[in-house]
This record gives sequence, C-alpha cells and structure tokens, in this order.
Amino acid sequence: MLRWAQAALSRRSLLLGGGAATIGATTICSSKTVAQEGHHNYVTVAKAQSSATVPSHQSAHGAMITVGTVDNERNGFDPTKILTDWYTGTLTDLPDGRTLRTFEITAEDKEIEIAPGVMFPAWTYNGRVPGPALRATEGERLRIVFRNFGSHPHSMHFHGIHSAGMDGVLGAGVVAPGDEFVYEFDARPFGCHLYHCHALPLARHLHKGMYGLFVVDPDPARHPDHVNLAKSRLYGSPENAEWQELAMIMNAFDTNSDGENEFYACNTIAHCYAKEPIRIEKGRPVRIYLVNITEFDPINSFHLHGNFFDYFDQGTTLTPTLRMVDLIMQCQAQRGILEFTYREHEAGLYMFHAHQSEFTELGWMGMFDVVETLS
Amino acid sequence: MNENPRNFPAVSTVAPGPRHLLWLILPLIVLIAAVLWLLQVDPLRGFSNGAPPVENMTVERTVLDEDGLRLQVRAGGSEAMTIAQVQVDAAYWQFRQEPSGTISRGDTAWVAIPFPWILGEAHTVTFVTNTGATFDHEIPVAVPTPKVSGSGLVSQAILGVFVGILPVAIGLLCYPALRGAGRNTMTFLLAMTVGLLAFLLVDTMIEALELANKAAAVFQGSVMVVLIAAVSFLALVVIGRRRGSPTGLALATYIAIGIGLHNFGEGLAIGAAFAAGAAGLGTFLVLGFTLHNITEGIGIAAPILHVRPRIVHFLGLALLAGGPAVFGIWLGSLAVAPHWTAIALAIGAGAIAQVIVEVTALLARSHNARADYMQILNPAAFGGIATGLAFMYVTAMLVKI
Repeated sequence: MLRWAQAALSRRSLLLGGGAATIGATTICSSKTVAQEGHHNYVTVAKAQSSATVPSHQSAHGAMITVGTVDNERNGFDPTKILTDWYTGTLTDLPDGRTLRTFEITAEDKEIEIAPGVMFPAWTYNGRVPGPALRATEGERLRIVFRNFGSHPHSMHFHGIHSAGMDGVLGAGVVAPGDEFVYEFDARPFGCHLYHCHALPLARHLHKGMYGLFVVDPDPARHPDHVNLAKSRLYGSPENAEWQELAMIMNAFDTNSDGENEFYACNTIAHCYAKEPIRIEKGRPVRIYLVNITEFDPINSFHLHGNFFDYFDQGTTLTPTLRMVDLIMQCQAQRGILEFTYREHEAGLYMFHAHQSEFTELGWMGMFDVVETLS
Repeated sequence: MNENPRNFPAVSTVAPGPRHLLWLILPLIVLIAAVLWLLQVDPLRGFSNGAPPVENMTVERTVLDEDGLRLQVRAGGSEAMTIAQVQVDAAYWQFRQEPSGTISRGDTAWVAIPFPWILGEAHTVTFVTNTGATFDHEIPVAVPTPKVSGSGLVSQAILGVFVGILPVAIGLLCYPALRGAGRNTMTFLLAMTVGLLAFLLVDTMIEALELANKAAAVFQGSVMVVLIAAVSFLALVVIGRRRGSPTGLALATYIAIGIGLHNFGEGLAIGAAFAAGAAGLGTFLVLGFTLHNITEGIGIAAPILHVRPRIVHFLGLALLAGGPAVFGIWLGSLAVAPHWTAIALAIGAGAIAQVIVEVTALLARSHNARADYMQILNPAAFGGIATGLAFMYVTAMLVKI
C-alpha cells in the first residue's frame, strides 16, 4: 500500500504548499564555516567557528573542503617541498668530453595518505608520488639505474628520444621484482616531459602512482637566437635563479576501484595547496612545469585566477605556443610550461584549479599567496 | 570382557538437585579456554591474506534543516570503521561526527554537514572511509525534515484520522444495517473479513521485508521480520485463548488490535515518507486510503452482529483500530530508522495472522458444532473471501502511483 510513498520519492518537482518551502537552506554555507585542523581530534575542534577564526586562505572555500590534514612525515614527502625538489642526479665526465648524468631510482610498494585519513596502497618511485622530478640538460648522456623492490614488474618509460631497447615496454626494460635495469640515452629533446611505468596493465600501474616529471633544459649554446630565454630555463644558471619554478603533476586516485576517481589533486594530496598556499614573491616571474597524469578522465585543465599566462606545449619550444591564456587543457600525459608574473598585482591570495568543477570540488584546487618579499 | 548392558549402573531417575547445575561450569570452562587460546595463539592468522576488512555502512536517519544535513549512520562489516571524508554531490565538505573517531561494529554516529541543500532537488552523500571505500546515500527530494510543532502535529493528526480512524468509523456505521443478517450473510461477512485480513497480511509482510532490507545488515532484516511476526502471532493467540477462542466483542477487539498495529506501521511509513520528501500526497490519495480502509470497519463489526455492544464499545473499537495511524505518522515524520518501522509492521502482521485464525475458527463453528475447516468453503464463504480480497486489491489501485 505504501508504494505511493516510494514512487513519490522519485519526483523531482514538489507540490509543496507555501509555508514549508521557505525553510530552504541557502544561507548555510557562508555563515557556518567549520575549520578543522588535525584530523584525529576534529570533533573537539569542530565546534562551529565564526569566520574570524578561519585562516584567511581557507575562507575562499567555505566548508567545501576535506577535513583535517595529511601526515606528510609518515608519507615521507611534503607537497610543498615537492614543488621545488628537483632530482639532478650525479655528474661525471665521459671520455668524449660529454657529461654523464646518473639517476638512481627504486620502485617500492608503499601505503600513502592521499587525503586526510584516507590511505592508498600506492606503487612508488623512490617512495613518493609523484616520483622524483628528474632534471637534466639537453645533450647530456643520461643513465638511469632502476631497481625494482616492488611486488610487481615495473619499468620506466621516458617520453623523449631513445632507442627501442630503452623504451621501458615489455621486453625492453620491464624489470621483475628484485631485478635491476639501466636505461641509457641522450637528453633530448629539451622540454617538459614525463616518465612512467609501462608494465601491464598500464592503467593500474599508472594510477597506482608510478609517474614523475622529466625536464630537459635547453643548452643555451645550441640556441643562439634565444640565448637568454634558454639560459632562464637552464637550472642553476643566474638567469634561472630569478624565476620561481614549480613542479606540478595533476593526478587523481580511485580508492574504491570503480574506475572513477574519488580524489583529484595537484601533487597527490587533495586540497594541499588550499590548506597551505604556495608563497610567491611578487617581483619574480613564475614558471610551472605542469603534467597531467590523471587516469580514467581523458582531460584535465589548469586555470589561474586574476592573471594570464604564456604556455609552451610540451616545453619543446622557446617561444610560447599559446599567448595570454588563463586556461589550458591537457590530455593524459600531455604537459607543458606556464610562465606568468604577479609583478603588477596587489599582494593577496590567487586561486588556481582545474576548471572541471568536479575535479576542483574533489580536491584539485590551491592558492598562490602572493607576497611582497619572501621572509 | 563382554560388557553386559544389564551390568551398567542404572541411570538415576531421581530429580537432580541444584548441585547438578554446577556441571554447567564444565562447558563454560571449555568455551573460555577456547576463546583465550584463539586470542593468545592466533591460530587463524594463516587466513589473513592482507585483504582490507569488509566494510559496510547504513544510513538510518536523514535530517535536513537550516544547519544543513545530519545523517545517522550505523557501521557494519568485519571491523570498526572510520569515516575519513564526506562528499555531497561529488564535492568534499567539512563535517562533524558525534561521537568522533572509529565507529564500532553495530554502533551508530551522527554526521553533520553544513551543506546548503536545495529544496526539491536530489542530493547524494558519499562517505569515504580510511581505506578509500565509498558508501553512497541518496536524498531523492530535499525537503526540511518536519519538526515537532503544534500546527504540524495537528495536520498530521488530521491525516491520521482520515487514513485510520474515519474509514473504520464509516465501516462500523454499517453495523445497524447488517444487524438483521441471516446465516449466509453472516458467513459472507466473516469470510470477507478473512479476505481483507489476508490482503493486509500479505501487504504488511511485503512492506516489512522491504523496509528490513533497508536496515543495517546486523539486524538480519528478513529473519527479524519473520521471527517477530511469528512471536507476535503466537503471543496473541496464547493471550486470546486464555478463556477459549475469542468470540463476539472480544474477537472484534482483537481484530481492532490487529488492524490498529497494522495502521501504526502504516502511519510510521507515511510519516517517514513525509520526512524523506514524499510530500506530494494529494487529496485523491488520502481519499483512496479512506476508501481502502472502510472494509476494516465492516470486518470489525462482523463478529458483534449478534451481540449488543454499547456506543462506547464502537468508539473504543474505532480508536483502537484507527488511532495508531495518528501516532505512527507523528513518530514516522521524525525520520525513524527503517528497522523500527519494519518491527512495527512485523508485529502488525503477527496480529493480523492471529485474527485470521480466530475469525476462521468462528466461521467454522458457525457451520457445525465441531470446528471442521474442510467445510468452511461453501459458496457464501468463498464469495466473502474473494470479495474481501478483490475489494482491497481494487481500492489499493487508488493509492498506487
């Protein structure tokens, strides 16, 4: 007899008479902000607080944010440090006068906290997700010693120019657990690239966390027309020191194995830069090495608030491929370099996020805290 | 060495004294030893294959008000579980959990989310546990959960009167017209009562089982409903037959109790539907309910056609059968957990089964001195049962959407 009740439940429009309708809760969000620091004691802290006690960088999100903070120490990596933590390897001279740059990478299984309180059984390079951001210079000889301490076969497949035997696919550098392989090739072309595991099944190995930045800086001597531009991109040069360079990987995690991501992020931890904004010195230009490695969703995007930027698709040119945009799209494994400055802006908080609202609201958003000088 | 059975010592036939109960200590000791051994030695660790614990969660109550959403969740699964994050409509929202921390198996907690819900639209709440497992809960139509208020109670009571009390009263008003009923008419009316009660029994059981499926797994919904219905049936039969099979006013009272319990469960479900947003209850539906339930009054009147009840009896019967609908709607609108409604409906089902048995017994006795169930099905009785079932089925169409 009560089927009417269930049937009526599916109705989207209501035949409510006047009075009840006015209780609609449209003003909730702005007035009640529940700032909650420290995941494990959230109830004691979580008394509804007035907006005055909420950190200013969080007020922009209202109550629409994950609760608590991630234990970076237990994870073994800190998303704020990852931004500027380039792995440059060790340099040796080769007999022919060229430079040999050697990286050592290990694969290991590791449970990481990808959002406050949410553990994810990841597969990692050097114990972090994303893996170490490798940085080399155009023309160098690269040697990557890869040891697999994980429970599954893994490899390193570099986006770059190399021979078939160094490709990191099955039969060409896929390493069984406990084994080792040395990839060797020249650093070219210059640009903003990535490496990732190419063992099968591919989607699983990727979304478990096996990817990282692979940046090849242009050699100024090879680009006489754009020497200064090339110098500014060359890590360690005085021209490069003027820039504030950030390594960002847009990734996501499917925690319940339903083929859809529960958490989206820039550098793994949902909302990490919303809770701890990235400090930007106003006077210095900003360069972001951005990679999209989001699995399951075909594209991701980057939108900057209150500003426009030049974009170098894949970073393989010294002149922008897109000028004056505030939004770019990247398909899976697409990447590029963003250059912009807040020199003319007033100091303050500037948001950046994917412009797929769904990704934003599931964790992929952050803030630049533009300050006069870094103290 | 052949043992002659005759040589065995005779088993004592003397009633054992309280000392014998001391032997209960023996199985108790074995049980405790087994538990201790299992906990100490952990011989089952070979089964732990690294798989995460099985998690399960049921949302039992959903409250929408000016502070946002509040949901009462019950943890199931193999171990205590932790809610790490909460999404509403695929966006993470801050939340407060009371009590905080892990939720033990079978325990409940309230989760409050300051979410600006939108009147009349659907929302989905997703709980993400610390292992990354997700549990969805749909709010099909967001409406403010009714609060206890004078005007609200009155309008709910009016609805209860129309659904519960009025139809029973109208049915009872047929009493004067039916008084002169002959034997065949009497048989027909009693059989019709059996028919309508049979409809209610099936309907109530199905509703109870459906609600039980929405309840947390620890309650083992279907088993719970069947057991409670059986116990309710047996208890009422035992109570009813203390002085022989009930007849006349006593039987009418039992029918009223059975229908009343059914209406209470029905009221709970109607109230819950209001709380959950099924507010589009039109006048047509309410009248449908009224019509549907009129036969209940005739059923109550049937056993007392040959006695002389007083007016106060009629009032009492109408309130007993219809009144619980009002209380049910009041309670149900406060968003009670589904297992309570399932329990109420199951008790009602047991009560209806009891009166079916008693009315059938009365029907059998009216044919010959010995209750002979084989001869009940004469044309009048069959016609009555068929009419009762058909009437209930057809009028139920009015309230189906």
